[in-house]
Amino acid sequence: MSAVTPTVPTAAPAGSAVGRSVRDSLIVAKRNLIRMTRIPEMVIFGLIQPIMFVVLFTYVFGGSMKIGASTSATDYKNFLMAGIFAQTVTFATAGSGAGIADDMHKGLVDRFRSLPMARGAVLTGRTLADLVQTALTLLVLAVVALLVGWRVGTDGSTNAGKVVAAFGLVLLLGYAFTWIGALIGLSVRTPEAATSGGLVWLFPVTFLSNAFVDTGNMTPWLRHIAEWNPFSATVQAARVLFANPGRSTSEAWPMQHPVWASLAYSVLIIAIFRTLAVRKYRSATA
Amino acid sequence: MPGAIHAEGLVKTFGDVRALDGVDLDVPEGTVLGLLGPNGAGKTTAVRCLTTLLRPDSGRAVVAGVDVLRHPDAVRRSIGLSGQFAAVDEYLTGRENLQMVGQLYQMRAKAAKARAAELLEQFHLADAADRPAKTYSGGMRRRLDLAAALVVSPPVMFMDEPTTGLDPRNRQQLWEVIQQLVAGGTTLLLTTQYLEEADHLAHDIAVVDHGRVIAQGTSDQLKARTGGERVEVVVHEREHIGTAAEVLRVFGKGDTTVEEHTRKLTVPVTGGAKLLAEVIRELDARGIEIDDVGLRRPTLDDVFLSLTGHVAETAGRDETSDAETSDKEAVK
Repeated sequence: MSAVTPTVPTAAPAGSAVGRSVRDSLIVAKRNLIRMTRIPEMVIFGLIQPIMFVVLFTYVFGGSMKIGASTSATDYKNFLMAGIFAQTVTFATAGSGAGIADDMHKGLVDRFRSLPMARGAVLTGRTLADLVQTALTLLVLAVVALLVGWRVGTDGSTNAGKVVAAFGLVLLLGYAFTWIGALIGLSVRTPEAATSGGLVWLFPVTFLSNAFVDTGNMTPWLRHIAEWNPFSATVQAARVLFANPGRSTSEAWPMQHPVWASLAYSVLIIAIFRTLAVRKYRSATA
Repeated sequence: MPGAIHAEGLVKTFGDVRALDGVDLDVPEGTVLGLLGPNGAGKTTAVRCLTTLLRPDSGRAVVAGVDVLRHPDAVRRSIGLSGQFAAVDEYLTGRENLQMVGQLYQMRAKAAKARAAELLEQFHLADAADRPAKTYSGGMRRRLDLAAALVVSPPVMFMDEPTTGLDPRNRQQLWEVIQQLVAGGTTLLLTTQYLEEADHLAHDIAVVDHGRVIAQGTSDQLKARTGGERVEVVVHEREHIGTAAEVLRVFGKGDTTVEEHTRKLTVPVTGGAKLLAEVIRELDARGIEIDDVGLRRPTLDDVFLSLTGHVAETAGRDETSDAETSDKEAVK
C-alpha cells in the first residue's frame, strides 16, 4: 500500500455553534435517510402495521362502538382516523430507539463521539430522519384512510389549512415522542430491548386516551387520566381541525383548548427529553 | 517535555471494579506505544479515556498538547480512532462513510469528497467504493475503518486491537500501513493481545493488568527483565530424565523445570551458545539420547505470563475476579 502521510491537523471549525450544530445534524440525517433506502423492508413494515390498524378498527370495531349518541359505523370511522394517525407516529418512535441502540451496539456512536462534531447532532439527525419517514408513512396512511371512506368536514366545516395544521400537530407529537424513544434507545443494551422497551409504554399512553373510544363512556377516574393525557390533546386537536365527530365536550382544559394544549405538551416533551437524551448520549458507553 | 500522549494517574471505576487504577503513560511524538494486556486489564478503558469517550474519575491526560478533560473537542480534532469499537456504517458505501466522517471532522463537502476518493485509492478500496460496507470482507472493513480514522491525517492515532480477527495476510497488510503511518511522523497508541504485534510494531510496550501499568520498556528490556536465556532439552527415554536433570543442574543458574509427559527439561543459563555446546557434549558423554535441544530466549509471552502471574500473587488481588470481566462488560 502506498504511503499515508500525516499532514495538517484540521482547522478549528468555521461558523457559529448553532450553524455547526444544524450542519452536523443534517449530515447525520442524510446518513440515516440513505440507510432507509438501503433497508426498504423497514420502511415497508413500518407502513403495514398502521394500515392494519386502520382496516381492523374500521371493520371489526366500527359496528359496535358508540361515539357520543351515535352508533353509526361511518361516524366511528371518521372519529377513529385522528386517533390512528396519532398512534402511528408514536409507535414509530420504537424504531428510533432501536436504531440508536443499534448504533451504540455496533460502535458507531463511539466513532461519532470521537469526532469534533456538535454534541446533539447524532440524535437530532436521527430524529429528523425519522420525522421524514413518519411523514411519508402518514401520507400513505391518509390515502388508505380516504380509501376506506374517511372524510374531513363530516361534523362542521374545515379547510385545507386546518387539515394541514392537524397533520402538523400529529407530526410534532411524533417528533416529541421520538426523543423519548431516543432516551430509551440510549438506556438499554441491545436493539431488541429498545424495540420492546420502546413499545411497551406506548400501549397505555395511546389506549388510555380518546384515540379509539369516546372518553365520555369511561369511569370518571379513567376519564380524567385520558383527558389530561398529552396524547389525547393532539387527537382532540386533529379531530377539531378535521371537523370529525366524537370530539370531547369535557371541561378539562386540554379538551377545551386542544390545539394549544397539543403544542404546549409537545414542546415541553421535546425540551425535557431532548435535554435528557443529549446528556445521556454524552456519557453513553456501549 | 511531555509526549504526544501523556497520562498521569488515570483512575476509572465502574461500580466496584477499578478498571483503571492509576495509569501513567507517555508516548513521545512519532513513536508507537503498545498497550499489552489480557481481556479486562483496562486497555480499552484507557484508550476510551484518552480519546474523550470516557471521563476518568481522576488523573490528567494531555493528547497532542491539549488537555483531554478541559478541551475534549480540540483533542477530537487532532486524533483518529480505529479498532474494535469505532465502527463504520455497514449500510453506507465506503465512499459515503468516508465523506460523512470527513464532513463531521468539519471539512467542507467538496474537500471531504476528494479526500474520500484519495483514501479509497490508497487503501485499495476504489473498486468497492460504491458498494455498501456490509458486502466487504473482514480485511476490507478494517481498512475502511482505518481510512476513516485517517481522514484528517491526525497527528495522534489510537488503535484498539486493530488486527483482532484478521487472517495473517490481512494482518501483515495492516501492519505495513501502520508502519508507513509511523514513518510519516504519526504518534500511535495501540492496544493488542498479540505479543507478536506489539513486538513488531511498538517502540515501547506497556504491560497492563488490573488497571495498572505493571511494566514498561522496549521489547528487549522487558525480555531481559524476565530473565535471560534458557536451555531446553527433550530426552528420548523417560528414564534419562533424572540424569539429564543432574547435568543441567551443574550448568544451570537456577531451578530446572521438568515436564514429565513431554520429557522436556528447562533451566535458566548464562553463557549462550558456548554453554549449550558444553551441555550437549556432557549429555552425549553420559549416553543420553536427545530428541531436541536448544537455547531459548524469552518471548513476550513469557514476559507477560511472568509479570501478570507475579502481580496476581503479591498484590493479593485474587478476590477481584470481577476485574476479569472484559472492558466492554465493565463499561456497561
